[in-house]
Amino acid sequence: MPNTPDYSWPAPEKRRVIGKRLSRLDGAMKASGRAKYSYDIQRPGMLYAVLLGCPHAHARLTSIDTSAAEKSPGVAAIELMAKPGEEFQYAGSEIAAVAAETEDQARDAARKIKAEYEVLPHFVNEQDLKNAGNHAKASGEQTTGDPDQALKEADVVSEGFYGLPVLTHCTLETHGQVVEWKGDQIDYWPSTQNVSGIGPELAKALEVQPANVHTHMDVVGGAFGSKFSPDRWGEACARLSKQAGGKPVKLFLDRATEFAIAGNRPSFYAKIKTAAKKDGLMTVWDAETWGTGGYGGVNLPSGQFPYVFRKVPNVRFRHTSVAVNAAMQRAWRAPNNPQLSYLTCTAMEDLAAKLNMDAVEFFTKNASLTTQPQVYRAQLAKAAELARWKELWHPRGSETGPVKRGLGIGVNTWFGLGHTSNCRTTIHPDGSVEVELGSQDLGTGTRTVIAIVAAESLGLPVSGVEVKIGDNKYPMSEASGGSTTVGGVSASTRKSTMNALEKLYAAAAPALGVQPDQLEAADGKIQVKGDPTKSLSWKAACQKLGTNSIVEMGLNNQRGPGGLISGGVGGVQIADVSVDTETGIVKMNRLIAVQDCGLVINPKTAESQVFGACIMSICGALMEERIMDSQTGRFLNSDMEFYKVAGIGDVGEIVVHMNTEPEYDKRGVIGLGEPPAIGGLAAIANAVTNAIGVRISVLPLTPAKVLAALEGRKA
Amino acid sequence: MSSIKEPDLEPKPKGRVSRRGFIRGVSLGGGAVGSGVLEKVAEAQPVANVAGPGPVAITLRINGKPHKLSVEPRVTLLDALRDRLNITGAKKVCDRGSCGACTVILGGKAVYACAILAIEAQDQDIQTVESLTAEGKPPHPLVQAFVQNDAQQCGFCTPGFVMAGKALLAENPNPSLEQVEQGLSGNICRCGTYMGLRKAVLQASKEMKGAGNA
Repeated sequence: MPNTPDYSWPAPEKRRVIGKRLSRLDGAMKASGRAKYSYDIQRPGMLYAVLLGCPHAHARLTSIDTSAAEKSPGVAAIELMAKPGEEFQYAGSEIAAVAAETEDQARDAARKIKAEYEVLPHFVNEQDLKNAGNHAKASGEQTTGDPDQALKEADVVSEGFYGLPVLTHCTLETHGQVVEWKGDQIDYWPSTQNVSGIGPELAKALEVQPANVHTHMDVVGGAFGSKFSPDRWGEACARLSKQAGGKPVKLFLDRATEFAIAGNRPSFYAKIKTAAKKDGLMTVWDAETWGTGGYGGVNLPSGQFPYVFRKVPNVRFRHTSVAVNAAMQRAWRAPNNPQLSYLTCTAMEDLAAKLNMDAVEFFTKNASLTTQPQVYRAQLAKAAELARWKELWHPRGSETGPVKRGLGIGVNTWFGLGHTSNCRTTIHPDGSVEVELGSQDLGTGTRTVIAIVAAESLGLPVSGVEVKIGDNKYPMSEASGGSTTVGGVSASTRKSTMNALEKLYAAAAPALGVQPDQLEAADGKIQVKGDPTKSLSWKAACQKLGTNSIVEMGLNNQRGPGGLISGGVGGVQIADVSVDTETGIVKMNRLIAVQDCGLVINPKTAESQVFGACIMSICGALMEERIMDSQTGRFLNSDMEFYKVAGIGDVGEIVVHMNTEPEYDKRGVIGLGEPPAIGGLAAIANAVTNAIGVRISVLPLTPAKVLAALEGRKA
Repeated sequence: MSSIKEPDLEPKPKGRVSRRGFIRGVSLGGGAVGSGVLEKVAEAQPVANVAGPGPVAITLRINGKPHKLSVEPRVTLLDALRDRLNITGAKKVCDRGSCGACTVILGGKAVYACAILAIEAQDQDIQTVESLTAEGKPPHPLVQAFVQNDAQQCGFCTPGFVMAGKALLAENPNPSLEQVEQGLSGNICRCGTYMGLRKAVLQASKEMKGAGNA
């Protein structure tokens, strides 16, 4: 029997592949346009389908007549997704799906469906709570300590109003799929972050056996938390295929529909009162909050507010959930954390200004209120150094001249760990290696990370390993959510490859005249530990397998820390902006991100994650918002012209510092997709306030709002 | 030199392009939440002497190769490439000329394929991202620079950026950082790969100098 292998990560100085800056393996395929996203899938005889949505923000369907649509040229099938009498809570609610020979024909036909509605009253704008009436529902109140007494005893009290609007995911590949339902077999090409799990979900909706759904997806054009489930359009697409006698059907949402119904990030607004003693230590956090995540409202996540600075002794909050006539929220990159970080760090920087304290000093002082004071203190110091804080920071509003520079801080935390992941490693007698997981690469670099871990274990170059993901035939790996993928797949891959290697040692040992436990894999060889002259090439060692391949599994257990992975990171962002007080334009100079993420498997793609997360924060701080029209209940800017996200000239410089010191590295692998997407909002908002001397309460910080704030009026 | 310099959304007075078909082409995607206003305008404006509305035979010269196909006049170049010819490097993202993911080079100029009708793209060279790689040949320096500088994450916007970069370098082989930003400002990336994108195009401009493969 082989020994139980030592799965632990090699010591930093012994790593051959882990920690090297490797280019992503699917890079050339993507950049050359040859990668096939699900939206790109073409099948023989494929039909194109579109959705018909309810045009009203709140309405009841009274009748629906598809007879004209059925006769429309090219139409192959129509699937009703609603019944007369059904009430819809948001514009875009699915009414029907139509499949035709071309997408244009499908749209022509959808337009010929006669749907009549009883229009009902709607409510879509929640920022002003007093307008919400019975759409508002008290949902949670909590007091710890004695806030009233502590307010009396405080040296300084600060009060403010802060808020962030609803954002959407705006994944560049919209949501959708190709489905081919022939007989009892379903071939399914979704755009998803859940390759192993989405097929069984579709099967459940269609009442077929999960084993009959074969899910394929090589690459996905963005997900950010919005693509876990098949959705109602996935089910409709499958039913259209069945209706059309098993012809494949492609249904991808158009952009306006994606904006309206395929997920969004909840808004939060807060009136916050904070207080401190003269030394700067916060003593009170008293907040009234509200927000919306669509027709179901939104709760304030328990135990997360104030954010990070959890140990403020006297805390009170009352939350009101507001229901609006809009589609429901979905997980949005670090659900709720960017909002809570923004509300917390802006109120804190206002308190610091009132104390006449340097903000870095204030946040450092209050690090004792976090669960990781030493991490945040060190990160604040590092971020301040990189931002040249001492040289560039000045008290709020003290800059002169028309263009004013400002600096501000935001913080993050994230749980991480690793999802459940199974990996199967096959070593063939010809020396080839397959590593298979039912996982997905959202552009985070998962495919490359798996190859690096496998190559490190087996002593091979990355090119010696073939990674296979994106198919539910491969062993189950959970959905990519919560930054748990890198933890899950790196641990399962490590275990699986080390298990396989153990079997290879057993096969190779006789030829080298030693026991299997005397062997190691390095530099494309199986060699005797401490004596590299006694070795077999990888290929020669594999030939000893005769005709039988080695097939070994590896499992990362549900979320538990297993020595290979960890969770619970901290990070600090500092923004450096210049505000033109004549135009109101905020220019990003630099955004500094100091981030802890344990052992970094591929610094190149890890840095890209942080760059991207910071840029998403710039979008949210300066441009993005869902604008709803109170009169019509419509999403006014549901297109990429007026739903603003940053372009290449909007982002300034981004400086990333990863904490790779031994005390971080030894924690093992931790996910990185979400934590750096959290603190940037507050950092940028605080920097703008620092520059112009006035707090703009509600993001995004558009030129109109900057000018209005400077004139002392509401934008 | 092409007569089409930019994606042109101005209604054309008379010609081969049906105004009705054109408006339907650009307004159709409104789909689930479409307003219906443009359609009404279109219904009210019949135009004589136009192609269509039924399919017309056209030839598109894509990456040096002629492709014969039959499309309704309202079909965009993007839909013709993707749905009729299975040339899917250009992506459908906004379908309204806002994001650049469908960028191709038409008559030497970078254009949004979603904002041009297929019938308008005849008689000109259409270059798509697929032209930058060929079996057995090393990829174009731009593709390599994108990979080396990790100028992509999910990759859905990437082919559009590659083509915008290619058009930029053809016009200005030695751009400054500011000119790179200007040249790529018609494209949007949601993952936030701009740091790598800047470096990639600057690196490619250096590598392409004198190589004669701009």
